[in-house]
Parts: sequence; structure tokens; C-alpha cells
Amino acid sequence: MRRSEILRGRLILLAIWAVLIGAPYWMPAIGGYTALGTRVLVLGLAAMSLNFLLGFTGVLSFGHAAYFGLGAYGAGLTLKLLAASTPLALLLGTLLGGIAGALLGALIVRRRGVYFAMVTIAFGQVFYFIAFRWNALTGGDDGLRGFARQPLHLGPVTIDILNNAEAFYYFVLACFAVVTAVMAFLLRSPFGHTLLAIRENERRARFLGIPVERHIWLAFTLSCFFISLAGALYAMLNNFADPRGLHYALSGDLVIMAVMGGMRSFWGPLLGAVVFVVLQDYLSSITTNWQSFIGLLFVLVVMFFPRGLLGFLQRRKAAA
Amino acid sequence: MTQLILFNITNGLITGAFYVLMALGLSLILNLSGVINFAHGGFLAIGGYLAYSLNPYLGFWGALLVSPLLTALLGLAIERGLIRRLYGRDPLYSLLLTFGLAFIFEDGTRFLWGAQGLPVSIPAFMAQPLSLDLFFITGYRLFMVGTVAVAVAGLFAFLRYTRIGVRIRAGTLDLETVSSLGVNIRALRSFNFAVGIFLAGLAGVLAGGQLGLEPTMGTGLLMPSFIAIIVGGVGSLPGTLLGGLLIGVAAGVTTVFFPSASEAVIYIMMAVVLLIRPRGLLGEEGLLT
Repeated sequence: MRRSEILRGRLILLAIWAVLIGAPYWMPAIGGYTALGTRVLVLGLAAMSLNFLLGFTGVLSFGHAAYFGLGAYGAGLTLKLLAASTPLALLLGTLLGGIAGALLGALIVRRRGVYFAMVTIAFGQVFYFIAFRWNALTGGDDGLRGFARQPLHLGPVTIDILNNAEAFYYFVLACFAVVTAVMAFLLRSPFGHTLLAIRENERRARFLGIPVERHIWLAFTLSCFFISLAGALYAMLNNFADPRGLHYALSGDLVIMAVMGGMRSFWGPLLGAVVFVVLQDYLSSITTNWQSFIGLLFVLVVMFFPRGLLGFLQRRKAAA
Repeated sequence: MTQLILFNITNGLITGAFYVLMALGLSLILNLSGVINFAHGGFLAIGGYLAYSLNPYLGFWGALLVSPLLTALLGLAIERGLIRRLYGRDPLYSLLLTFGLAFIFEDGTRFLWGAQGLPVSIPAFMAQPLSLDLFFITGYRLFMVGTVAVAVAGLFAFLRYTRIGVRIRAGTLDLETVSSLGVNIRALRSFNFAVGIFLAGLAGVLAGGQLGLEPTMGTGLLMPSFIAIIVGGVGSLPGTLLGGLLIGVAAGVTTVFFPSASEAVIYIMMAVVLLIRPRGLLGEEGLLT
């Protein structure tokens, strides 16, 4: 890589973080609000977690909402029944979704392609039905209520993330930074390069002696841990968790975010989440038929921007 | 108790019959084109609603035949216009496309026909129970199961005895060879897609007569149909048939003993099949895996 390219990469990274850190200050100026920014960040994190599997391992999971939702219910139930502690809720939510992902992952990693997608969707729906039916514990169709995120106690300092939306935004941003750093670290490690090798040519990777199934299982499990952390944050954002957070419709939304932003690039899904969440927020405020427009968005992205916004820009640049 | 179990087995068979129609269509399309048609439930709903609108003009019997045909035409148009361009690309894209179409169909039917449920009138002589003891067996229910049986038998006969049917089956196994033997696989895939959608439309009309119409009526059948395909074995149509009936009856029987688990049981069946026999009950190793 040339030095100018390295410099450019660093500048872009700097710009992304400047935009994210400054969001509570510049968003109101263009008509946004802090909770929308937090939503973008949480769903962006979810889409990036999914893309760890989709874009960097080349495995199509269409049921990731299940682990997102498990994270949400795990966090909500912890706050409601166990202890009023935000970090504990975050931890247990992440563990619930991650462990479920590890167990089911073991069952499905031998499948590939469309078949893999089908099995992930179907298994994802199991948790939807559990949340939907187990009224006593989950509140059924009405969702889980009666919990709230708790102020953070860091030694002598208390940060009130409950009543201060900006403070919560920065808490989410901190979590986001940690998870994306871990993801970036993993992708740069030999493990990450092995995942790329599997994506590019699975048969060749297998002949080279790479235990492909074990790697895919690991990638699946890690991605489930990441996304359930995002789900736990989501429950705390709304102080609410509902079965729709587990439904495959949300899985579809997450996949389209990753594809729309550009699934071959690390930050692409975040860009996709920005576009998707803002568009959804806007459309549902102006028309009751917003679902059709979201559907149309799917069709347009698939037909005209299969490489996503970032892929499109990169190709334009390469052609110029 | 015997009556209760019989009642739920009958219910299970009828639900299973819908799963079978839906899953066979999905399976046909998946096998030949490698596309998971998420919009299948949307096509089903459109079939039902078209029958509702055609009913005053054509009567029940006319609508029963014409509505699935119109739905199949819509499917053909969508295959030609959109889905065809995605063959040969990562299955991710056709999945996302049909996913978006499902949104559009659901919202579109709601827009055109309203969000309220609509009843479909069925001929009066079929609405009566056949006997007092077996109150749950109405003429219409028998008629539904009979129609599904005829449609399924027709499909299998078509695939076995006609030239196009043989080509479809051959294409499932090795599309490249079929293509190099001079078969126009573009036309074959279009036709096959339309057949799959026809079955969805037919299921829509039948379901409308039994349960009434709702924009989301097909969405709820989608997941069980997936499971029917996985349990029966991807790539095998007899497997899909078996899988659909099996999970329908299993869900029906579970309703007797443990009603809240009637959805869960089909997922448990899928998990067991994947653990013990990953290729599915009648599936062959190496197809689409």
C-alpha cells in the first residue's frame, strides 16, 4: 500500500469518528434527534456484526434478528427480575444471544448457500414464537415492559444515562467503539484472513487443511455475540423489548443495511443503517404505505446497487 | 377424547394440505432456479383476493380456476422482469428481492382490498357438516383436501409423463447438461416459476374459503413451508409432500395435549431431522447443500 493511501485511510477513519462523536451537536441542526442517532448506532452495530459473517466469511445468515432479540430480552429480563445494573444486563443479554448462537450454529454450519439461509431463518423463528407465546415471562405480543436502564456508577462518578439522552448516546458509542475495535482486530488477525480465504474459495481453503466448518462456526458464534450486545443496547434504548425484534423481517432489514452500504467494506453496513433508519423514520411519518417503499428500496438496491453505496463509489473512482 | 384427537388430526391434515401446496411451489422454484421465494405468501394472498373479486362475475368455480391462472401470470411477469436477472448471482440477491416483493405485495393487497378481513362465499351445499358426530368434517373441508390431492397428483403426473416435466426434473439434477442438450432453460425456468405460483394462488383461493382473507394470510404459512422442505429433504418433491403432511399432523396432534407448543413442535422436528439426517427424510446428499 502506498503511503498516500494509508494516510487517506486514516483521515477517513478520523472523519467517521468525528462525525459520530459530534452527532448530538450537529444532528438537531438538520432536524434529527439524539434518540434517532442512538438507534442508527445500535442498528449499525447490528448490521456490522451480521456483516462479519455475511461480508467477510461469505455465509448468508437470514436469521440474525433472533440473536439481536435474545440480547434484548436477556438485558430486559435481567433489569426486571435480577438486578438494576446496566453492565450486568449488557453482559447477560450478550451471553444469552451468543450462547444460543453457538449451540444452533453447531447444528447448521454444515449447510451452505440458500440452504444455510433457510435453516437460519427457520431456527430464528423458534425464538420469535417462544417470546410470542410465553406470556408469563416475556409479556407475549405486547412485549416486555417494566424495566429501565440504570445510571452508571464508575467508582465515585455517576453517569445518568437514564434521563440524559446524550449521555446514553455516548455510552452506546463507547460500546460501539469496543465492539468494532474487536471486530477490526479479528479481521486483521490470521483468523480473519482465514475467513476471507474461505469466502473467496472454500474448496481451496479446505484442501489447504483449514478446518472450514470450525472457522465458520466460530465466525457465526462471534457474530452472534456481537449482535446480541447490540440487541441488549437496543432494549435499553427503548426500555422495551418486543417479539418483532426477533422476527425474520428484522433480519431482512439488517441484511439490506449491510448490502446497501457495501458488504465488502468494514464501515459499509453503518452507512446502510444510516440511510435505512433515517428513511424508515421519515417514510413512516409521511405515509401509511411506507412498507411498500421499503420493499421498493430492497428491489432497487438489488437491481441497481448490488455492491452497495461504497462499492458503487469505489468502482466509479476506479473507472475514472 | 377420540373425537378430539380425530378432530385435531383432521385439522392437521387440512393445514398440512396448505403447507403441501405452498411448499411444493416453493420447492419447484428452489430446485430449478435456486431462489427462495419469500414473496410466495404474498402470491398466495393475491390468489385469494383475486378470487374474491372475481366471485361475483365467475362464481366460485370460475374463480377457483381463473384466479390461480392470473396469479401465475403475475408471477411470470415478475420472473421475466426481475428475478431472471439474478440467476447466477449470489442467492443473497434473489432472497433480498423476493423479500422486498413480499413487503410490496402485503402492503399492496392492504391498499387495494383494505386491512379488514374479507369472507369468501362458498357454495352453500359444501358449508354443512356431513354428520353430527363428525361435526368438523364439512363438505368444503373434504373438497379442499380432495382438490389439493388432485393438484398434487396432477403435478407429479406432469413431472413424470410430459416432456417439459422430465426436463424440469432433469434440470434440478444438472441444469448445465440439460442446457447443453439444447433445452431452452430460460423458458423452462419461467414456466416452472409460473407453475409454482399457480399452486400458491390455488392455495390462496382454498384458504380464503375456509379462513377468510387477510393481507398477511400467506406470511404465516411461509415458515412451516420452509420447514416442510427441510424436513422432507431439499431437492425432493415427494419429500416436500411428506414433510408438509407430517408437520401439519404433528402440529394438529400437539394442539390436543399442549396447545401453546403447536408451533414449537415443527421446529423441534426440524432440529431433530437436521441432527440425525441432515439431508432430510427423502433428500439426496449433495443437492444444494
